[in-house]
Amino acid sequence: MSEPAIDVHGLHKAYGDFEAVRGIDFEVRRGEVFGLLGPNGAGKTTTVEILEGYRARTAGEVSVLGFDPGRRPREFRARIGIVLQSTGLYRHIRVREALSHFGSMYPHPRDVDEVIALTGLEGKEDAMARTLSGGQRRRLDLALALIGDPELVFLDEPTTGFDPAARRTAWDTIRSLRDLGKTVLLTTHYLDEAQAIADRVAIIKDGRIAVEGAPSELGASSGAPRYRVAYRNGTGTDVEQETDDPTTLLHELTGAALARGERLEGLTVTRPTLEDVYLELTAGQAEEARAPIGEEPPLAGHRRERQG
Amino acid sequence: MTEVAVLAWRQYRLERRLFWRNPSAAFFNFLLPLLFLAFFGAAFHSDHKELRIIVPGIAAMSVMSTTFTALAYNMTFLREQGVLKRIRGTPMPGISYLLGIAGNAVTNTAMQIVIITVAGKVFFGTGWPREWVELVVFVIVGVVCFASLGVAFSHVIPNFDSAPAYVNAVFFPVVALSGVFFDTAHAPGFMKGIAQALPLYHLIAGLSGAMVRGTSLSSNVSALGVIAAWAVLGIVFAVRGFSWDQRRA
Repeated sequence: MSEPAIDVHGLHKAYGDFEAVRGIDFEVRRGEVFGLLGPNGAGKTTTVEILEGYRARTAGEVSVLGFDPGRRPREFRARIGIVLQSTGLYRHIRVREALSHFGSMYPHPRDVDEVIALTGLEGKEDAMARTLSGGQRRRLDLALALIGDPELVFLDEPTTGFDPAARRTAWDTIRSLRDLGKTVLLTTHYLDEAQAIADRVAIIKDGRIAVEGAPSELGASSGAPRYRVAYRNGTGTDVEQETDDPTTLLHELTGAALARGERLEGLTVTRPTLEDVYLELTAGQAEEARAPIGEEPPLAGHRRERQG
Repeated sequence: MTEVAVLAWRQYRLERRLFWRNPSAAFFNFLLPLLFLAFFGAAFHSDHKELRIIVPGIAAMSVMSTTFTALAYNMTFLREQGVLKRIRGTPMPGISYLLGIAGNAVTNTAMQIVIITVAGKVFFGTGWPREWVELVVFVIVGVVCFASLGVAFSHVIPNFDSAPAYVNAVFFPVVALSGVFFDTAHAPGFMKGIAQALPLYHLIAGLSGAMVRGTSLSSNVSALGVIAAWAVLGIVFAVRGFSWDQRRA
């Protein structure tokens, strides 16, 4: 197996007395989409900014494409693409102009028209940045991150503020990055987003990784029963049962129902979603995880957002 | 090295294009000194002595406004908007970027100096500058000084909303004290003392020598020394305090 794109061991970051990151280990393989999840103030952005070379780490070993991002050599910057959480651009620059200008900073830029097509900015080539809508500006951010043809793309909350249709389009774009052989490190608040596009995810809690794995397999590691069986019984009451062995349970339920001549209306078998795992893991953590000044402000409770 | 220069040149050209796309900025940049000149020219049209003070004074003020003021605003804005952070995430060398931005400011300075020189000759009868070399030397040293002080000062400004207050709190007292609009010979001693410690006073002296009085460069060496000393201070603080990120407070 080739060397991982990102290799993090024992990463720590302290802002004064506050420890934002308290010992993180993870690996991102080449060619995968890796999602970092966690509540606001959990340490996601701090972690990503260390990997991008923006912040110095307090302790730990970090290797990104074989480079130490803390030293941010030029070759390293030429091989990564960054979509920051909040972004700025010259107000009076045109889309095509911005792409060709930023492209000229890289040794092997991609074709401007190709990137415009990939990010769905056709028809906006001559528009000034300040006239773009929020979603279009976000796509321009992505286009600017891709213009240097990077091997590794950092996406910090790339679809925040998108409407459901725009998010689906963005997801397709991110999937197409994977098809191009790129590695993607994604942070997001949206669990459905992670479920839809990430090959593997890690959930960060209190500056540590609470759980890591493929989104569909995370349920297994959380300790909760793996399947939930729900139906409406003969008297019209909704019943929900949890089990590790759905085959046996279903056999018993359907057998008994048939014997009584009943139908099990609305019978479903579900596995815990990423959201269930996430909410269970992060329960009660919002209060402890005080963000340092400048980090995202902590939210009370959890965001339970399902769109699209 | 050539790549650093090529990227700086590209950045410079982009900055120039963007400058002209923002009409209000372009308007103020060129019309303001002309308005000042027209105003004072009308007020003192018969007083040749006053005009000989006003023309180099406004030229020096233009050097300060196109570099110090413009860069303090720009750097604060670019930092707050996240443009600096975005640039830092690209392979562009930081020095290329700064050169491109500073070159943009210096171009505006050069254009204003030309406008004022021509206006002085055509409308105010101050004639062509007597000492061209001296004029160029003082403009160059003045530009380096005020450009670096502008970048250094942007580190002090917490956010773009407060930038006008910070910049004006420095710009207007310095302009008033240094004798842009009057001959400091008539100023009280303590004001003169403060003014003589400031770079603008000496820039006015140098430009006045070059443009109207025809004193040689060698007689203004001490003025050049004071401006250069401020330039060193400005460069040190511009580099040391540099922050690509919005201040986290």
